[in-house]
Amino acid sequence: MSINPLKSLRGVVVRVSAGMSLLLVSGLVRADYALNFQRPVTEIGRDLYGLHMMIVWIITVIFVGVFSVMFYSVFKHRKSRGHKAATFHESTTMEVVWTIIPFVILLAMAIPSTATLIKMDDVSGSEMTVKITGYQWKWKYDYLDHDVSFMSTLSTPQEQINNEAEKGENYLLEVDNEVVLPVGKKIRFLLTAADVIHAWWVPQLAVKKDAIPGFINEMWTKIDEPGTYRGQCAELCGKDHGFMPIVVKAVSEEDFNTWVNEQKATQIAAVAAAGKTWSKDELMRKGEKVYAQCSACHGATGQGVPGVFPGLAGSKIATGPVADHLQIVMGGKPNTAMQAYTAQLNDVDIAAVVTYERNAFGNDTGDVVQPADVKALR
Amino acid sequence: MSTDHHEEHPKGLSRWLFTTNHKDIGTLYLWFCFIMAVVGGIMSLVIRSELWQPGMQIVEPRFFNQMTTLHGLIMVFGFVMPAFVGLANWQLPMMIGAPDMALPRMNNWSFWLLPPAATLLVLSLFAPGGAPGAGWTLYPPLTVHEGMGMDFTILSVHMLGISSILGSINIIATILNMRAPGMTLMKMPMFAWSWLITAFLLLATIPVLAGAVTMLLTDRHFGTSFFDAAGGGDPVLFQHIFWFFGHPEVYILVLPAFGVFSQIIPTFARKPLFGYTSMVFATATIAFLSFIVWAHHMYTVGMPMTGELFFMYATMLIAVPTGVKVFNWVATMWRGSMTFETPMLWAIGGVFTFTMGGITGLMLSITPVDFQYHDTYFIVAHFHYTIIGGSVLAIFAAIYYWLPKWTGHMFSEPLGKLHFWLTLISFNLTFFPQHFLGLAGMPRRIPDYALQFTGFNEVSTIGAFMVIFAQLIFFYLVIKCIRGGEKAADQVWEGAEGLEWAVPSPAPYHTFATPPQVR
Ligand SMILES: [Cu+2]
Repeated sequence: MSINPLKSLRGVVVRVSAGMSLLLVSGLVRADYALNFQRPVTEIGRDLYGLHMMIVWIITVIFVGVFSVMFYSVFKHRKSRGHKAATFHESTTMEVVWTIIPFVILLAMAIPSTATLIKMDDVSGSEMTVKITGYQWKWKYDYLDHDVSFMSTLSTPQEQINNEAEKGENYLLEVDNEVVLPVGKKIRFLLTAADVIHAWWVPQLAVKKDAIPGFINEMWTKIDEPGTYRGQCAELCGKDHGFMPIVVKAVSEEDFNTWVNEQKATQIAAVAAAGKTWSKDELMRKGEKVYAQCSACHGATGQGVPGVFPGLAGSKIATGPVADHLQIVMGGKPNTAMQAYTAQLNDVDIAAVVTYERNAFGNDTGDVVQPADVKALR
Repeated sequence: MSTDHHEEHPKGLSRWLFTTNHKDIGTLYLWFCFIMAVVGGIMSLVIRSELWQPGMQIVEPRFFNQMTTLHGLIMVFGFVMPAFVGLANWQLPMMIGAPDMALPRMNNWSFWLLPPAATLLVLSLFAPGGAPGAGWTLYPPLTVHEGMGMDFTILSVHMLGISSILGSINIIATILNMRAPGMTLMKMPMFAWSWLITAFLLLATIPVLAGAVTMLLTDRHFGTSFFDAAGGGDPVLFQHIFWFFGHPEVYILVLPAFGVFSQIIPTFARKPLFGYTSMVFATATIAFLSFIVWAHHMYTVGMPMTGELFFMYATMLIAVPTGVKVFNWVATMWRGSMTFETPMLWAIGGVFTFTMGGITGLMLSITPVDFQYHDTYFIVAHFHYTIIGGSVLAIFAAIYYWLPKWTGHMFSEPLGKLHFWLTLISFNLTFFPQHFLGLAGMPRRIPDYALQFTGFNEVSTIGAFMVIFAQLIFFYLVIKCIRGGEKAADQVWEGAEGLEWAVPSPAPYHTFATPPQVR
């Protein structure tokens, strides 16, 4: 009985009416009735498109053929037209014919399908590897050959989702950190997840595979042309499944190398930041930002989701011993949605978010956790 | 047939609570599934309303997931399955010349397990944390993290499963033991054949589902880790077990529908079913194949390629016996003397829309392209074409076909036809655009979507409201038909054949106390 599924009625009316008027304008302009696959930008994608269209045509012809016969019969063989019923039934010849013909058609479809599947399955000869980890509800990317790694989360502002601001062009398909990949290189992806099953899907690259906690899946792509390709998590992964998009930015090899160097520089800066002593204000400011990813479950005001995700306001963890709090943030809690954040967050992030949680939501413990404290626990 | 003193039975509530009469129990099943269809239908309108426009309008994402989960579970276990069991209860004894079901007291129990099970399922909404929001497929680890509502659901699934198992034991016992003298298996009506095969599917797969959800329960509460890699388990194992149940389940939903089409089409074509023997064998072949294709629901989990090839070839093969069925129905109509009363319209509409779901199923069987269709709205469109287009349209066809026999009155033909056309058009309006949404890249089970999907989502929402409201016509028509109307003849339809038409309309409380002789 504890959650009220409907938002307060007044809020709904206000938001819907404000949102609808914005939407009607933008919606009409962008009304888009795409009928088929997005334009593929990989060889596999083109193969799949071809296979897809071939099957669509075959089944359309069969469907139209069979139902033309049926509707001819419906119009001609009516009692109202005085048609007398024939008495024939059972014909082994007919039964054999309409068993064999479909079988042959199926065979014709199976051969190219098998060939394509074999091609898709072959990850050999890849030139670089990106490990993708699904989290509720974000993605982590580790460039295994380049020593670069980062998290990628939805960047669409909450106001747009709540219909309080006009929706941008890439509504729900935009992230803070894009996956930058070089064109013309065979890239191997390793997929796994930290909590529940997710699926990494970018339609234009024609890649989709499940990211399963405790297991590693493999797939590959080779992108032909530079561009930005957008996708989404494809396996229901809880509350914000609809809000964990994927954005791939394909660039030339030189641009890719430049980007890698930039990433490395940022990571070095982060290490330096972890060495200094932070003031409580700095930590609180930083912590509030980091907490954005905790708020999906624990609530923006630490209220949690009763019965599913515990609140933090006045909770034992957030007001009890600092060591226990750090332990649960870094080590997670087995058999629950609470993940171990050691891999996802750096020392500064963890110190900041724990400080924030212990002083926000009326917790006011006054505790300050320094990045060095976190480092000592690793 | 003098059965006067048998006509005495308790009145009021106790008649329904304690009844062992197959007709009473059939009626209970049908009213139960009607109520469940209303509940599941309202949930679908919540879903479609939220998806009317991009942005979050009326519900929270978590509640949206609870709606999709409950909508699926309720429609499969609370609506379509009980509807066919209700039809079987009413019709099978009359079609095979038996006085009642073989195990009447168990029949009572298998029905009365349903209302508490359904209540429990709906009550999960009010448990701390609400109903599960992991989809009707209940995949872990997501379902391991759910609140107490998940335990409600597991218990409910167990009860629904026991009910189905008891029901199918009863159907098998009835068909195998209680056929009228002279009715050999190969003289049985197709509806009886398809139910016999369906009952075996249920018997083989429901215990598998029960095992899967029990493992889920012990993972949640008793420290096992069947589905948790950290304890040596595997989340994908659940999917294998679930779909080992789940794929035959699809045929559990649709084989009785094939039986209904095979009864109705010959009646209104005034011509015998084209290939009775091949229809029986096609049904049995589909049932057999349904056990070896389960992993086509999970091509993207990362199976070895040889495994994917096996499941692709096996799945493609299903097209052959399914094609045989469709070709047989068309050949039955060919050079018949057809009339198009309401039941015939529903049957033809059902064959047409089911075939559309069937051919998209063939597309989905092709592993490499399925990687792109998987978990998109294309899937949503596909299975609604098979389950609504096939099963639900067949349920309506069957109700219209036998309603005069049950009530003793003819229903209003114009209203029945209006109901058919409105349902057919709005059903297609709802689900046809979803094929395009899926191909263009819209994932399923999302409460909000990118702007380019707006247009077709609007169309789909309009269609969904029309589908649901069109059913008010049906409700009115049925009530009207129960209350009165033109007296139905014993032989309700001119071309109908079978024992059920030999008994008076309305069918008396007890029929075939003396078995008829079948030549
Ligand atoms: Cu996800």
